[in-house]
Amino acid sequence: MTLLDVRDLRLDFPVPGGVMHPVDGVSFSIAKGEVLALVGESGCGKSLTSLALLRLVPPPGRIADGSGISLDGVDLLGLDPGAMRQVRGGRIGMVFQDPMTSLNPVLTAGDQVVETVRAHLPVTRAEAKQRAIRLLTEVGIPDPADRFNAYPHQLSGGLRQRVMIAIALAAEPALLIADEPTTALDVTVQAQILELLDGLRRTHGMAVLLITHDLGVVAGRADRVAVMYAGQIVETADTGALFQRPSHPYTQALFASIPRLEGPVGRLKSIPGSVPQPSDWPTGCRFHPRCPFAFEPCASAVPPMFQPGPGHDAKCWLLDPARLAAGPRIFSS
Amino acid sequence: MTALLEVQDLVKHYRSGGWLTGGAKTVFAVNGVNFRIAPGETLALVGESGCGKSTVGRTVLRLLEPTSGRVVFEGNDLSALNRSSLRALRRRMQIVFQDPYSSLNPRLTIGASVAEGLEIHRLLPRSEIPHRVGSLLEEVGIDPVMAERYPHEFSGGQRQRIGIARALAVEPTFLVCDEPVSALDVSVQAQILNLFVDLQQRRGLAYLFIAHDLAVVRQIAHRVAVMYLGVIVEEGEAETVIGRPRHPYTRALISAVPVPDPERQRMRIVLPGDPPSPTVRPPGCPFFSRCFHPSKNDRCTVETPPLREVDGRLAACHYAEILPAAVNGQQ
Repeated sequence: MTLLDVRDLRLDFPVPGGVMHPVDGVSFSIAKGEVLALVGESGCGKSLTSLALLRLVPPPGRIADGSGISLDGVDLLGLDPGAMRQVRGGRIGMVFQDPMTSLNPVLTAGDQVVETVRAHLPVTRAEAKQRAIRLLTEVGIPDPADRFNAYPHQLSGGLRQRVMIAIALAAEPALLIADEPTTALDVTVQAQILELLDGLRRTHGMAVLLITHDLGVVAGRADRVAVMYAGQIVETADTGALFQRPSHPYTQALFASIPRLEGPVGRLKSIPGSVPQPSDWPTGCRFHPRCPFAFEPCASAVPPMFQPGPGHDAKCWLLDPARLAAGPRIFSS
Repeated sequence: MTALLEVQDLVKHYRSGGWLTGGAKTVFAVNGVNFRIAPGETLALVGESGCGKSTVGRTVLRLLEPTSGRVVFEGNDLSALNRSSLRALRRRMQIVFQDPYSSLNPRLTIGASVAEGLEIHRLLPRSEIPHRVGSLLEEVGIDPVMAERYPHEFSGGQRQRIGIARALAVEPTFLVCDEPVSALDVSVQAQILNLFVDLQQRRGLAYLFIAHDLAVVRQIAHRVAVMYLGVIVEEGEAETVIGRPRHPYTRALISAVPVPDPERQRMRIVLPGDPPSPTVRPPGCPFFSRCFHPSKNDRCTVETPPLREVDGRLAACHYAEILPAAVNGQQ
């Protein structure tokens, strides 16, 4: 059953002499209890996409007309500000990358959990405190009754991120948005936090939108993956299918750039150049200037989504059935 | 092998906090570390935040004064040098920092940042500096016409390249690289790691490469030293330590690396909790409180395991020989 449905999401940012679209026609959906990973490099628009879901696009940017976002069948773009405030932190919980800057430094960890509980649930102060301590326990904070009174600077990075997660869970959201939740953490703590999120979504039946630049983080954590490049989704598949048969050259390049723990040590294959600026999206396929397989149509024509497999979409001319039928592949990977 | 750098019994303790309450605590950041680095070699220093690895990097350059111990670089004992000879030697040893956003002066053009070292050490006549800056930028993959621009106009990966050019300007033989790729996207990380490898081959540089991700380390290091609470707990050839780890902490670090393989992700060791605070020095094995080794026992709480040779590397665990399959999650 579909929980979140995003249709043709486009963001308008006015710039001198026009409008740019850092997110440009993004569509995806998340079922109840499902984990969808949104993967891409810095500047591809993945964080702006998550902010748009909460209607928190920084001004002067705005969600373009014709975009659609619905949660449980409710059109979020049609809600009045008060109702939208109840969705944020209520139906949708949020965890951001940097727990130091997203927690309030002058409130204790416990007070910040209580604040969210009381904003969304009809409970007394004492009940809210009980609930906050239960949440801190659930996210694995040792001595939760003590840590309730700790300020963010007194906690380690891993504990701060656990407090963030406790706040996000306070109103039992149906969807948790986790934007690079482990990027600022040590690998060992990263493993703990990913394990925690995995356990919580199982016990609460919560859907998760996991935003990351690292395909390694996705493995074994997400049910489906959407790969984003230059403001658009270029490939979507079940995690297993994507890892077995990445079909878009950008996805393949992302895989090739990951250092491995096994096999021969060789030169890492990096993607030449960098992500283009939103003011300067290339014509045709937006990846073509960096693509090792680019051929005639790529620079001029925008590829549609092709289906390299069941439930697997990829936006690349190499997968055009008409071309595949015409003869053997002349491009080897 | 003549060592380019030799570190002997390095100790760094400092007082921290409590300046209002009088409750200052001693931080035992580094508790007796030994290693050598040969010319053209990369030693990776690996561990979690707070294990003392960055303190080692800074103490080696004498950006921090060691509490005790010796650092010998190119045959000179750094602690015995006066200011001016230390400054002359500093030209040969440079550092690249983690955060390319805060390590470049935002008010200097990147060309001026790269030129600074050349000017301070008077390595070139003024008229030749712009040309040298251009060739340094080119060497790290930045178009020399960008020399007049300011740091905010560059991406994280480009800024890291500029930081590397700045370090290379004074022609060092040794670089301390303090988490130089941790803040970068995986795709950019690959570019910068390749650059480090190329520069090493071209210039014969030696690196002390500080990192927490062993898959990254495997790409660049000849040897690896794993640190925990201020001491080295395992050290050896990179393939030996990463391929067949003997210390349980090294195994946990390897298991935590996010690898893009859904099958492998299911077999993992998740260490509980955070590393203990370096303000306390537990007796016995420093790793005891988080150790999952089935043989761990009371001996570990009293007797500190020495760093000793086991299976072709050094490991500081009483039970390093015992390697049950169930514990060794990645085999």
